[in-house]
Amino acid sequence: MHSEKDYLTRVEGHGTIDIKVKNGRIEKAEWQVVETPRFFEAMMVDKHFDEVSLIVSRICGICSIAHVTTSIRATERAFGVAVSEKTEIFRRILMNAETIQSHILHLYFLALPDFLKAGSIFPIIAKNRNAAEIALRLKKLANDMCDVVGGRNTHPMTMIVGGFTRFPSKENILILRKSLDNSVSDLIETSKIFMSFKIPVFERETEFVSLKGIKNYPWIGGELVSSDGVLKNENDYKSMTNEFMADWSTSKLAKLSRGSFAVGALARINNNFNLLHPKARKICDNFKLRPVCYNPFMNNIAQLAECFHVVYETIELLDKALDFDLSPEKVEVKPKKGKGVGAVEAPRGILYHCNEYNEKGRIVHSDFIIPTGQNHANIREDLNKLVKDYSKKGYPDKEIELLCQMLVRSYDPCISCSVH
Amino acid sequence: MQYLGVDLVKPKAAFFDFSSCEGCQLQIANNESNLLDFISLMEVINFREILTGGKDDYEIAFIEGSITRDDEINRVKNIREKTKILVAFGTCACFGGINKLKNKFNDIEWVKKEVYGNYPVETNDKVLAIDEVVKVDFYIYGCPVNKPEVEAIVQSIALGREFRYLKHPVCFRCKEKQNICLYELGKICMGPLTRAGCGARCPSNGNSCIGCRGPAAEPNIEFMKKIMKKNGFTERQIRDKFELFSAFKWEK
Ligand code: SF4
Ligand code: SF4
Repeated sequence: MHSEKDYLTRVEGHGTIDIKVKNGRIEKAEWQVVETPRFFEAMMVDKHFDEVSLIVSRICGICSIAHVTTSIRATERAFGVAVSEKTEIFRRILMNAETIQSHILHLYFLALPDFLKAGSIFPIIAKNRNAAEIALRLKKLANDMCDVVGGRNTHPMTMIVGGFTRFPSKENILILRKSLDNSVSDLIETSKIFMSFKIPVFERETEFVSLKGIKNYPWIGGELVSSDGVLKNENDYKSMTNEFMADWSTSKLAKLSRGSFAVGALARINNNFNLLHPKARKICDNFKLRPVCYNPFMNNIAQLAECFHVVYETIELLDKALDFDLSPEKVEVKPKKGKGVGAVEAPRGILYHCNEYNEKGRIVHSDFIIPTGQNHANIREDLNKLVKDYSKKGYPDKEIELLCQMLVRSYDPCISCSVH
Repeated sequence: MQYLGVDLVKPKAAFFDFSSCEGCQLQIANNESNLLDFISLMEVINFREILTGGKDDYEIAFIEGSITRDDEINRVKNIREKTKILVAFGTCACFGGINKLKNKFNDIEWVKKEVYGNYPVETNDKVLAIDEVVKVDFYIYGCPVNKPEVEAIVQSIALGREFRYLKHPVCFRCKEKQNICLYELGKICMGPLTRAGCGARCPSNGNSCIGCRGPAAEPNIEFMKKIMKKNGFTERQIRDKFELFSAFKWEK
C-alpha cells in the first residue's frame, strides 16, 4: 500500500516514481500509477445523450472542456448532426482557453519550481512576485474566456449537442479581445523566464501521434497521424492506440509502431510545425525546437509556443465571431441507433471518445482513451534511458532522481484523468 | 495577519484528494485577483498537486473526492485522527457525486468487466461520501465548488466564526437575475430543490440546474416530482436528474 508520502507531487492524480540507482546501475525504474479507477465507461451505460457530456466533463477538472468537446463531437457524429460555423468557432475558442489555462498552470505551477530548485510556487511568489503575477494574469485571461464562453471555468455547461445555450455578448467579446492583445507581453516575459533555464539534455527517439492539420493547426477532429508515417481515419482510433494492460498500472497503456508513443504539445508541434502561427514558430526557433525533436523536456517549450499560437488564433476567431448574430443556437438533434467517434487535441494530447447509442438516444457502450494513458508507456521507457544516460555521465543518484521527476512532470501527466 | 486589531495565528491547512477530477482543488488556484490574499489566510503545508515535501501537523484538512477503495478508507481515517477540522470539499466529498453513478449497478463484477475486461482491478462495491466513513465538520458544496463561497467558509473557519449556509433554493437567485424560468421553455430544472450559493450559474446560462449542490434546507421533494410530471417529464427523466450527483434520494 502506498502512503501519502510516496505520491509524486505537482502532478494531477496519484502516481509514484520508484527508481533505484545503485553505483551507477539501475536496480529498478518504475513509473507507477496507483490512482483509483472510477469506471466512467460503465457509469455512462443507459445515460441519455443530453447528460453524457456533463458527466464526462467530470473525468478531469483541468481538461473538462476537451472532454465535453470530444463527447459532443462523438454524439453528433453518431446522430449525423452538422453544426453551424458559429458553433464551431466558439468551440475552438473554448478549447483555446483551456489550452492556455492548462499550459500556464503547468509551466508556472508545476514545471517552473523544478528549474528554480523550489518545492512549489509559494517561495517563488514570495521571491519573484513579478513571475507570479504574470502567471496569475495569464491564467485569469484563460479563465475569463472559459467563464464568458463556457458559463464557468471548469465543467462548462453552455456547450451542448447541436450548438450553444448562450453565446457571449459583443461587449464581452471585445473585452476578451483586448485582454488577449495585452497578454502577448506577458507571454514574451514568460519566454524570457524560460530562456534563462537550462533544459536538461536528453534524447530518445520515439513515435509522435497527433491530429493532422490541413489548413489550420489541428484541435478538433480530422485525420490521425504519427511521425512514423501512420495515417488513420478518426473512426479508426482503436488501431491508433491498441490499448493494453500491465501489472504496474491501474491505467491502460497504448502502442503503435513501436513499444510506446508520445502525444501532447511536442507531438502536435513535431507533426504540424508548418501550421503554427509564425510568431509561435519564432519562439520555437529561439529555443532551437525543430521537428522532429526527441527531447521530452522540450514539451515545456512546445507548450509555451502553443500559448503564443493560441492567443493569435483566438484573436482571429473573435474577430470572425463579431460578425455573427449572437442569439443562442441549436440545430435539431434526432437521436438514432449508432456509434460515433470524436478525436480532439486536449492540452496533454489527443483524446478519443466513442459513444454508441440505442434508438432512444441512450448510451449502450462507450469508450474513452485519454492522453496520459497513451503517454504512460513512453514515460516509462524515457525514464529507463534517462537513468542509464545520466549514471553513465557520473551523476549522483539523488540528482538523477530529481531529473526523473522533472521528466515525468514535463509530460504534464494527468493521472486522475487517465484512470477514469 | 491581523483581524479587528488582533494578531491571528494562521491555521495550518492541508489539501487531500481522493477519487475525483481534482476540479475543486483547481478552484483554489483560480480567482486570481485575490489568490495571494486568500492563501495568506492559512499556512498551506500539504497540497500534493502544487507542493513538494508536505508536512503532517495540519489543523484543517480539506478533503476532495469520494471513497472508492479500502486504502482510501484507511487514508481518510488517518487524516481524521491528525486534524482538528475536516472539511468535505466539493460535491464528490459531500455526497459521492458523479462517482456514485457506479452504485446504480448491483453487479460490481459487471462494472469491472465493462471497463477493464478480465484484467483484475481493485475497487469497492459501493462508492462512499466522506461522512459515510468519518465525521465531517464542514461541507463545501458544488461541482465544482464556487470560489467566493469557498473563501467565505475558509474565512469563517480561520477566524473561528460561525458560517451560515444558505437555506433557500437556486430559484431565488435565478428569479433575482430575472431569467425566464426554464419550465416555461419546456425544460426540466432542479433549481427549486437545490441549495443556493452558486449564483444560479446554470439557469443563467440557459441550462437546467442539475442539482450539483444538493438539497436546500427544506426541499419539498415529493411535491416537486409531481410538478415535474405535470410538466410532461417522465419518471425516468426526473430520476436521471435526481441521481446525477447522488445528492437527492430518489426513494423516500
Ligand atoms: S429556471 Fe430553474 S432555477 Fe430558475 S426559476 Fe426556473 S426552476 Fe428555478
Ligand atoms: S445551477 Fe444547479 S447545477 Fe448549476 S452550479 Fe448551481 S447548483 Fe450546480
